[in-house]
Amino acid sequence: MAFLTLTNIQKSFGPVQVVHNFNMGINKGEFVSFLGPSGCGKTTILRMIAGFETPSGGSIVIDGKDQGALKPNQRNIGMVFQAYALFPNMNVHDNVAFGLKVAGAQKTEIDQRVKQMLGLIKLEHLADRFPYQLSGGQQQRVALARALAVKPQVLLLDEPLSALDAKIRVSLREEIRQIQQQLGITTVFVTHDQEEALSISDRIVVMNAGHADQIGTPFEIYNTPATRFVASFVGTLNIIEGKVADPASGAVTIGGQRISLKGPVAGMKGGDSISLALRPEAGSIAEGAKGDTALLGEVVATSFLGSVIRTKLRVGNDIISFDTFNDPGLTPPVSGENVTLRFAAKDLLVIRE
Amino acid sequence: MKAQRLGAWIAIAIGAGYFVIPLLGTLEFSLRMRRGEYSFDAYQSVFSDIQFRETFGYSMLMALLTIIFGMLLVVPTAYWVRLRLPQVRPVVEFITLLPLVIPAIVIVFGYLRLYNSSSILPLTGSTSGTNALLMFSYMTLSLPYMYRAVDTAMRAIDVRTLTEAAESLGAKWPTILFRCIFPNVMSGVLSGSFITFAIVMGEFTMAALLNRPAFGPYLQLVGANKAYEPSALAVIAFAITWLSMGLIQLVSRFQKSAPAKA
Repeated sequence: MAFLTLTNIQKSFGPVQVVHNFNMGINKGEFVSFLGPSGCGKTTILRMIAGFETPSGGSIVIDGKDQGALKPNQRNIGMVFQAYALFPNMNVHDNVAFGLKVAGAQKTEIDQRVKQMLGLIKLEHLADRFPYQLSGGQQQRVALARALAVKPQVLLLDEPLSALDAKIRVSLREEIRQIQQQLGITTVFVTHDQEEALSISDRIVVMNAGHADQIGTPFEIYNTPATRFVASFVGTLNIIEGKVADPASGAVTIGGQRISLKGPVAGMKGGDSISLALRPEAGSIAEGAKGDTALLGEVVATSFLGSVIRTKLRVGNDIISFDTFNDPGLTPPVSGENVTLRFAAKDLLVIRE
Repeated sequence: MKAQRLGAWIAIAIGAGYFVIPLLGTLEFSLRMRRGEYSFDAYQSVFSDIQFRETFGYSMLMALLTIIFGMLLVVPTAYWVRLRLPQVRPVVEFITLLPLVIPAIVIVFGYLRLYNSSSILPLTGSTSGTNALLMFSYMTLSLPYMYRAVDTAMRAIDVRTLTEAAESLGAKWPTILFRCIFPNVMSGVLSGSFITFAIVMGEFTMAALLNRPAFGPYLQLVGANKAYEPSALAVIAFAITWLSMGLIQLVSRFQKSAPAKA
């Protein structure tokens, strides 16, 4: 049985429904990321778990207890906000101690716990500093320590890394994941950054317009996207429009070239339009490249991205991008050159809307 | 360019002269009570006057009570408007501006009609009731300044997120308001308090019409009957106002919030 269960959660603001019948179970100690663009409903779900928004329908159960009647201050949920939300009038020690003081803990217990938490985020030496004397990364680590100090049953992270610069973002997300695993705390993380979600999550929920388009492990989400939205939102993906030639054998045509998919195409008939997806790293034009499927095309552009070179290929009316590792010994293809793109049929996925 | 700068300096000098010369004149006159030499006799006379001490003490007490009750009214109101009722902000702002538009004499006549000894709430029927009415009148007068000072301080902090952070840590409303919000808007509260203090110390109309022994009516009384003491009192009143302004500056410098470093 899941530790945190969301059943038929709905939320409307006036006539606008922002979350539609959301269902999910999150296991104890699991790290789940809600990924999606702005306005997709991910933060609203998080805020409903915290109690800051009341669901229009459905139930939220944590450890077998329905949270519907509980106020935010009765839920024992730790929350970290994008804007840090440290109390400006309190120093680091007092910020971390706040929840414990509210709970009526003894001074020795508070001091011990604060020390432990500051040790966890490696900021013991800054206990006397005020928030305005800390960098953004340090403030967010203090916010994390403050949320964890009260031993919450669930930790909610609302885009905690968005306000930080790229380098700190990477190091802090690894630190968050390490602390989460160390404490084994059930965590819900909201982000619009796919790299963040892919790198630290046990499971990812890809949200689109108030619906969960796909729930799965980072590996599943990236390699087998369930919808066109998931495919386009997570990573870079080529969406290729084709026609079904023979549904039974899985034969399709792309730009007039006939190729075979890994299996039959269910629910379609010959001549139907079909959307296919191919990751840029799945194809290659190198001599002796592996792959049971080939498409002929014309190079239209080449971009140098540092470690990889991205080449755009025209196949019929479609433009297909593919990446090759930068090798100083190889000459990149030039525009106008005709090449053969090879890839495995299993990497060409059928995409539903 | 030089001519422009010279023109600006002349304008500043005229402005400063317009402000400073009457003050210097008043100060100089207040020191001339003893014939043929400068002295602090006028100030001595003022400070030794028992009525001065009584009225000054009364107004100080009124100012203190006005500040306390004003804070208790304004801080939760500004907080609630910012957090839960942003749509009523224009209405609240309009109400808080009314004391600037409606003359004090109109307000106090309104109060006298509403709270006279034959009304449902006969506040003017007793001394303590009238004192309370005067304090509420001062609260009304200081509302535009107090509300704006507190609201501006609240704008500088993220009230909503701080409230939610405190709530998620188990805090209830009184704790949130008095431990998380109030200390962070203290500079605004104190700014509003000092302005309130300056207003109450010099207010005449309401105190006179409610017949209370405040400092404003005393100033008027002394001005009508004595020569040098009114000048000394004017200088004292200015000193109080400037002290309040200086404290506002001092308080805003000590605020513990600066823009976060990324």
